[in-house]
Amino acid sequence: MSLTAAIRSRDVSALPSRRDEGWRWSELASVVRSAPPLAGTITVAPGGGPFAEVKADEERVFANGQGDASPLVVEAGRTVKLRFVTRADAAASLSAVSILVKAGGSLTLLESYEGEGEAYVADAALDIRLEDGARMERIVVAEDAETAVSVSTAQVTLAPGADYAQAVFATGARRQRIETRIQHPGAGAALRMDGVYLVGQRRHADLTTAVVHAGVDGTTSQMIKGVAAGHGRGVFQGLIRVEHGADRTDARMRHDALLLSDTAEVDAKPELEIFADDVSCAHGNTVGALDDAALFYARQRGLPLHEARVLLTEAFVGAVVERIAHPGAREVVAALVPRRLEGLTC
Amino acid sequence: MLSIENLHVTVAEKAIIRGLTLNLPAGEVHAIMGPNGAGKSTLSYTLAGRDGYEVTEGSATLDGKDLLSLNASERAAAGVFLSFQYPLEIPGVPALTFVRAALNAQRKSKGEPEINAPDFLKRAREVAGSLKMDFEMLRRGLNVGFSGGEKKRMEIFQMAMLQPRLAILDETDSGLDIDALKIVAEGVNALRGPDRSMLVITHYQRLLDYIRPDRVHVLAGGRIVASGGPELALELEREGYDRYSKAAA
Repeated sequence: MSLTAAIRSRDVSALPSRRDEGWRWSELASVVRSAPPLAGTITVAPGGGPFAEVKADEERVFANGQGDASPLVVEAGRTVKLRFVTRADAAASLSAVSILVKAGGSLTLLESYEGEGEAYVADAALDIRLEDGARMERIVVAEDAETAVSVSTAQVTLAPGADYAQAVFATGARRQRIETRIQHPGAGAALRMDGVYLVGQRRHADLTTAVVHAGVDGTTSQMIKGVAAGHGRGVFQGLIRVEHGADRTDARMRHDALLLSDTAEVDAKPELEIFADDVSCAHGNTVGALDDAALFYARQRGLPLHEARVLLTEAFVGAVVERIAHPGAREVVAALVPRRLEGLTC
Repeated sequence: MLSIENLHVTVAEKAIIRGLTLNLPAGEVHAIMGPNGAGKSTLSYTLAGRDGYEVTEGSATLDGKDLLSLNASERAAAGVFLSFQYPLEIPGVPALTFVRAALNAQRKSKGEPEINAPDFLKRAREVAGSLKMDFEMLRRGLNVGFSGGEKKRMEIFQMAMLQPRLAILDETDSGLDIDALKIVAEGVNALRGPDRSMLVITHYQRLLDYIRPDRVHVLAGGRIVASGGPELALELEREGYDRYSKAAA
C-alpha cells in the first residue's frame, strides 16, 4: 500500500487507508478519490526555493517529477540542494533519487518541497546510504499547497561510525507526510532526527520516523516540536526499535506539541521497542497550550498578546532550529519559522 | 499618581481584596506589609492586569488614567511594572531579545520609534554593570538556570531598562541572601526619582532597611488597616501582625 504504487498503477485501491496501522491518522484513500494523471512538463529556473540564499555546490531539481535521477554520489565535502517542485492541478508527480555518501565523505543536503496548484498529488522517494564514517546533515523544508497531497519517504541506511542528522520543517497540506526509516548498525554511528510541524487552517502534517538499532553502541537523539492552530492537525509517529544484542544503545525521543486553538488536533504515537538488555532509552511526549503564566509575564513587560504568543511559540520551536549545524540552513529556517507562526497565532 | 479607591477583587469567586483605598503620590515609595493571605500578591496582580483577578467594585487610576480598563500590555505601556515574586523562565528567548522586544512594544504603543541596536546594547551594558550582572547571562534563555538572586536582579535590570512610572515590587526580598539583597536594593534605590513611584510589597521589615519607604501600610483581610511612617515597619517586626489580623477578621 503506497501512494507511489497508486500513482504508478493508477489504482486508488493501492492507497493507504484507515485500516493500515501506520496510516490511520493520515489515510489517503478518502482524499484521493480518483487516480490522477501524471503532471505535464514544467520548467523551473535554477536558484530559487527556500534555500536560494545559501551557497551550494550543486542543485538538483525535480520538476513535476522530472529531473536528473542518476545516483548522487558524494566522496568529499559537498552541499547539495535537492528541490522537488510541483506545479500542477489535479495531477501527480513521482520523483525518486538515491544518494550515496562514501566513506569519509560529508554531505549537507538542502531539500525542499515547493508546491503550487490545486489538489496535486506529489510523491518523492529517497534512498540514502552512508558508508563507514560518512557524515550527512539533511535539512528539509516542505511547503505545499493547502489542497495538495504530498508524501516523502526516505530510506536511510547507516554504516558503522556514520553520523546522520536531519531536521524537517513541515507546514502541512491536505495531507503532507514526511517519513524517514533508518537502519542503524550501532557501532559508533550517531543519529539525530529532528522535526517541526507548524499547521494552521485545515492543514495536516505527519512526521513519521522509524529507527532500527541492529548493533551495539549506537545513539539516536530525536526532538520533534509541533504547533497546531485553526483546524490544523499534526501527527507524530516515532518508533525506535532496539534489536536483540544491540546493547549500550542510547536512544532519546521527545515530542512536544502546542495547541493554539480548540479546534486544532495533535495525534502522537511515540514507541520504544526494546529487545536488548543493556540500553539507555527514554521518550517523552507532551501536548498542551501556551503557558498562561509566561504569557502574562511577557504582556506585563509590554508585549501585546499576539506578539507575546509569537515570541513564546517561536522560542518553543527554536530548540529544534538551534540544533541545525549548517549555519546558512539554520538561518533560513530561523527566518521561516516566525513568518509561518505569524499566520498561525492570529 | 496611583490612586486606588475602595477596591474589591475576587479570585475564583472568593473575595480577597475588600475595600482597599491607597494613594501613592509621584516620587514616593510606599511599603505594603501584611501577613500571609492578606491579599498582597492579589493586589499586585490586579494592578498589573492578570486574568482571573476580577474587580467587582472600586477604581484604580494612574495619573488619572483608568488602569482597570486596560489590558496587561497596555498597562505596561502606561508605565506599570511588576517585579514578580517568582520570575518566569522562558527557554529559547535570550534576556536581551526579550527586553528589547518589550521596550520596542512599549515605544510603539506611544508612537515612538524603535530603539536602535547599538543604543540598546550600550544601555543594557551600563545597567548590567551597575547591577553587577555578567553580561553573557543576558544572552542566555531568560532566567533559565538562574539562581533566585539572579532572577531578582534580572527583574531590576528589566525595570531599569523599561523605566516605568509605577514599579510594584512583589516580595522582591524573598529568596535573597544579604549580599544579593543589597545589590537589588541599590538597583531599586538608583531608580527612585520625582517622576517614579514604587509600591514595595513585603512580608518582612528587612528589605525596608535598604529601601527606605516614605510610608508604610498594613494590609490585612483585604484592606489597609493601618498606615504610618517607616517606624510602623519596625513596630510590626517587633509585635507581629496578630493585632491587625484580629482587627481585620
